[in-house]
Parts: sequence; C-alpha cells; structure tokens
Amino acid sequence: MRIGVVTFPGSLDDGDAARAVRLAGGETVSLWHGDADLHGVDAVVLPGGFSYGDYLRCGAIARFAPVMQPLVGAARAGLPVLGICNGFQILCESHLLPGALIRNDHRTFLCRDQRLRVDSVATAWTSAYETGTEIVVPLKNGEGGYVADERTLDELEGEGRVVVRYLGGNPNGSHRDIAGITNARGNVVGLMPHPEHAVDTLTGPTTDGLGMFESVLGSRVAP
Amino acid sequence: MPRVVVDVMPKTEILDPQGKAVHGALHRLGFDRVVSVRQGKRFEIELEGDLTPEVVAGIERAAGSLLANPVIEEFTIHVEG
Repeated sequence: MRIGVVTFPGSLDDGDAARAVRLAGGETVSLWHGDADLHGVDAVVLPGGFSYGDYLRCGAIARFAPVMQPLVGAARAGLPVLGICNGFQILCESHLLPGALIRNDHRTFLCRDQRLRVDSVATAWTSAYETGTEIVVPLKNGEGGYVADERTLDELEGEGRVVVRYLGGNPNGSHRDIAGITNARGNVVGLMPHPEHAVDTLTGPTTDGLGMFESVLGSRVAP
Repeated sequence: MPRVVVDVMPKTEILDPQGKAVHGALHRLGFDRVVSVRQGKRFEIELEGDLTPEVVAGIERAAGSLLANPVIEEFTIHVEG
C-alpha cells in the first residue's frame, strides 16, 4: 500500500510521518504542494508544521495549494486522509472536517506528552485500536483549540465522530476535550496530537501512535 | 486606483485570546477603563480598472472563502476612494 505524505512550504513533520508509515509496513510517496495529481496513492497524510508560515490563518493558504484540489475530491470519494496538527487545520479549512482550530486559550505554545482516549475505532485510521484505549503521544501547538457550534458538536458526539479526546486536563480550551474528529464516512481523520512522533521508544514517549498507520495499512499483528 | 477594504473579526461567541492579551497589556499601562478588546484583520485590496458590482461581488466571494473563515469569523466590505 502506497501512502502519500504531502510537503507544503513550512511543513515540519513530513519526514516523521513518512518514517511512521515505513515502520508500520507501508510504502511512502512524497507529494509536493505544487503537484496537480496524487500519483495514484492509496492514502494521504497531511503532516504537521507551519504551511505557508501560518499566514492569514493556519491552513488557510494550504487549502488552495494545487495538490489539495485532487485531494479534496478523492477524500470525498473515500480516500483515507489523516491530518495531523497543521494537517488537521488544513482539513478544517478545506471543509472536509467541520469546525476550526483557534489559538490556545492560555495563549502559549504547548509541547508535552499527552494522554488521550480513543473514542472511535470506526475510522480508517483507528481500526487497530480498541474503543476506550488510552494512548500517550506528543502534543505541540499554539493554535490547537478545537471550536464548533453546539449543533455541530452534538452531531459529532451523536454520530460517534469524536475520534480522540484529551485526558488529564484540557490542554488548549478545545470544546468538549476534543483532540480529533472524523467525517461521516470515517475515511478522513484530523487530530492535533502527533501519533507519528510516538512510533518507537528511542524518539517517542511510547509506540502508541503506530496504530494509526497500522490501521490504514491493515498491518497490525495481533499481540 | 479603486480600493476595496475587507474587515475581518472573530465572531463574538468565539474566544479571542489575542484580544484578551492586548486587553491585559492595556490594563498594565493604566488604561483601566477598557472593558474588552477584540482583535481582527483589515485587508486593503487595490484593483485596476473600473470597480463594477461584479468586481465587488468577486471580492466578496474571496473574502468568504479565503480572507475570512465563516466558521469562526465574520467580515464586512466597503469601497474607499
């Protein structure tokens, strides 16, 4: 299975995302923001970073990058897409996911190992977990506050589309402790924490993030 | 040269941490009668040619899709000069 990792000007975590894909048993394809097609990949990761310098709003300019035009169409047709941090912001700006990310309520950039609960395993990116599993992965952002109107939040909760939730205190003012969500079909997932930084014990706090990549690859070996 | 100005503000129900930080700084400077501050963005867009209603409508579409995110912001447009 070939997984594309998009690099925008200002992307930071494309290298780690590609490494996570390889560690999970997948083949990676580098996609450039200026590409007008997806080179036949089977899934796409939009990595973390500061695309276009976070100018205007985080993800607002990346949304209109050439690679996003085929990506939005393919995502609507069912292509698995994972947006991490800045990638989540881009998915919201693209209206592939509802809501928006705003500046952390405490106004400071936060970088720490974050405890999360996997609330939905009915997505392309979380099927390898069990519902309610607690995981620890790094969280690092200045604009990670998830906001949406009450109706949208009720809809997300009612349809089981909250994928991961913060545990041990809300780190950024996100409504209802939401750390990540999915679309109605479950193929598009966005989250602020960084599973790609928790794929081996040498560089990450845990290997809990590997499951996201193993989910899409169907490569998880039963313990 | 005609100029269209787009003002973008966070919606009132959306938390504005930057406005709060500015508010706090104003208090430290002694402006203690300031009750609240909200921070937005102003875009000054210069255009060539005549400013027809179609051109202004085009800017309005650009404001709603790129300059402002209607999920968290609202915008107003006016023509200057």
